Amino acid sequence: MSQSYNRGLVEDFGRWKEFTAGMWAWIFHKFTGWMLIGYLFTHIAVLSTAIGAAGDTAAIQAETDIYTTTIQGLEELFIVRVLEVGLLAVAVFHILNGLRLLMVDLGIGLEAQDKSFYASLILTGVITVASVPTFMKGVGF
Amino acid sequence: MAERYSSFVPGGTAWLLQRITAAFLVVVLAFHFFQLHFVNHAADVTFQGTQARMSNVGYFLTMVLFLIAGAFHGLNGVYNALVNQGLDGTPKKVVLAVLTIAGVALVVQGTYVALAMAGWT
Repeated sequence: MSQSYNRGLVEDFGRWKEFTAGMWAWIFHKFTGWMLIGYLFTHIAVLSTAIGAAGDTAAIQAETDIYTTTIQGLEELFIVRVLEVGLLAVAVFHILNGLRLLMVDLGIGLEAQDKSFYASLILTGVITVASVPTFMKGVGF
Repeated sequence: MAERYSSFVPGGTAWLLQRITAAFLVVVLAFHFFQLHFVNHAADVTFQGTQARMSNVGYFLTMVLFLIAGAFHGLNGVYNALVNQGLDGTPKKVVLAVLTIAGVALVVQGTYVALAMAGWT
């Protein structure tokens, strides 16, 4: 039999001091979700340079087309690499916590939902730190 | 009887699609990151390399499906987050319309980009 809880207004972020693991997981999932959809629009905008590059075979061969120079120009910037590491952290957390949510939806391991949130956080940290050398290659590492 | 906390309607199409796209995105997003940051480095991306990948029909279809799933999952997520915050009435309808238009525009533009990358424009 289901139990009834009076949780108050969960969406009231002013109550953050009362939040438990599950609430933080919920907030982090929203926050990383907003970042990812925002990035998707930016990503398609940058990749749209491919439309202008297509067809100019000589420039494509010489790697001087607008798509190649735009991406390589961005990748030369230190701040872009830092943002990419940030994007990876955001995506990894959203993926791991998303898997946790699918388990919660299926009713699997409900009693360990707080522990699986902490595991998602730690694993995100480890994967992000381990990826730094790869992401920063050529800009100081 | 417990109160329901979620803005999703159990058994509803959007609720189910949010989870189906989630399962798909977990796999493809991980693949996408691995493919373009570890197998190939983003700094080494060229139009030629992109075209070699995108002109493979299986890769092209996966990327277009990835875009559609990502756009739906992201914008449906934004919509539900706003409904959770108390969005209701006419503003709710306006937000839904704006997000739908933005999503369709994103998918159309992204598909056109993928066609250009493949050399099929």
